[in-house]
Amino acid sequence: MQAADFQFLSALIKERSGIALSSDKTYLLENRLGPLAAQRRLNDIAGLVAQMRSVRDEELIRDVVEAMTTNESLFFRDGKPFELLRTVILPRIVAARPKERPLRIWSAACSSGQEAYSIAITLLEEEGLLAGRPVEIVATDIATSMLIKAKAGVYSQFEVQRGLPIRLLLKYFAQKGTNWEIAPRLRSMVSFRQHNMLGECAGLGRFDIVFCRNVLIYFDEPTKKGVIERIAQVLAPDGVLLLGAVETIIGLSTRLEIVPGAAGIYRPVGSGPRAAVA
Amino acid sequence: MRTCLIVDDSRVVRTVARRILEELQFSSREAGDGQAALAACQEEIPDFVLLDWNMPVMNGLDFLRALRQLPSVRQPIVIFCTTENDINHIQQAIEAGADEYIMKPFASDVLQAKLVQVGLL
Repeated sequence: MQAADFQFLSALIKERSGIALSSDKTYLLENRLGPLAAQRRLNDIAGLVAQMRSVRDEELIRDVVEAMTTNESLFFRDGKPFELLRTVILPRIVAARPKERPLRIWSAACSSGQEAYSIAITLLEEEGLLAGRPVEIVATDIATSMLIKAKAGVYSQFEVQRGLPIRLLLKYFAQKGTNWEIAPRLRSMVSFRQHNMLGECAGLGRFDIVFCRNVLIYFDEPTKKGVIERIAQVLAPDGVLLLGAVETIIGLSTRLEIVPGAAGIYRPVGSGPRAAVA
Repeated sequence: MRTCLIVDDSRVVRTVARRILEELQFSSREAGDGQAALAACQEEIPDFVLLDWNMPVMNGLDFLRALRQLPSVRQPIVIFCTTENDINHIQQAIEAGADEYIMKPFASDVLQAKLVQVGLL
């Protein structure tokens, strides 16, 4: 790939999605955009870039950005955050809040929806704890194709086997040929919306719990700071943010702090004992 | 080292499973049908059994039912691993006492994830 083409593509992808591609990621561009070029009947990536330079084709730009988003997702990914949700975060929030107040959870950069549905399953498994409390899970992603898949709630055998215990598969899914379809009860708990993590998120409302796991790893430091700042703005004063196991906001935010003893969980600075996890 | 019994009538499947499990630090034994597996369990109860469904002599479901009747001090964790992928088979397996179920074909990370779920890793 020509250096100029790489620079054009990486700048465009960064501007539209925040994803930072260093020059050693040329192979990633080639792997992901090669099929898109073929689909558009263009000879190669150079042809793709030439087309993008000549005509401002928003649909093509969207397809390029979507092709570069990583949509690795599985049910109950890493296990621990869902265990903490069930055993620590939910009991504290429920104990601290009036029953009528709805619980709002955000699954940010939700990809094909497995995280949002894993949250919904966790809540249903703890129905006694919630005691009829209204719940809203908002799941957002930049990619239209991912939102379509997530809303459909239909997963392949390969996808459901990755992380989903068999008893939960039997309880919350219906078999549909070789695929598995999520129960309407679960689907109705999640509202999917298109949202770019580079944009303002105030329109999504205030959240008690934010899952933003394995998202920051794709951004450079200034972008990470901006994303965390915007999340902090919509996090309830006693809310919590969950990041991926290898992610941290240390040095990136003065508004959030790590919850002692709970790796990957953050709360607003000064929320102390008020926080859902203290 | 944890122990497992791989029960499958296909030697190829047993070999592949053995390789994956040994990488995960399991000590493995093998059986080619349910009856041989039951004899192996009577000799020594493993920590877990990776179990095929369709086998000659005694199938996986009959083996599981017999295993759960054994007057043993401890019962092994049983993970079915089969091409019987319809919901009725899965329900039968769970009712008979299976702890987990892997639908073939599967990727090696699925087996690892299931072992984590049942507390073996």
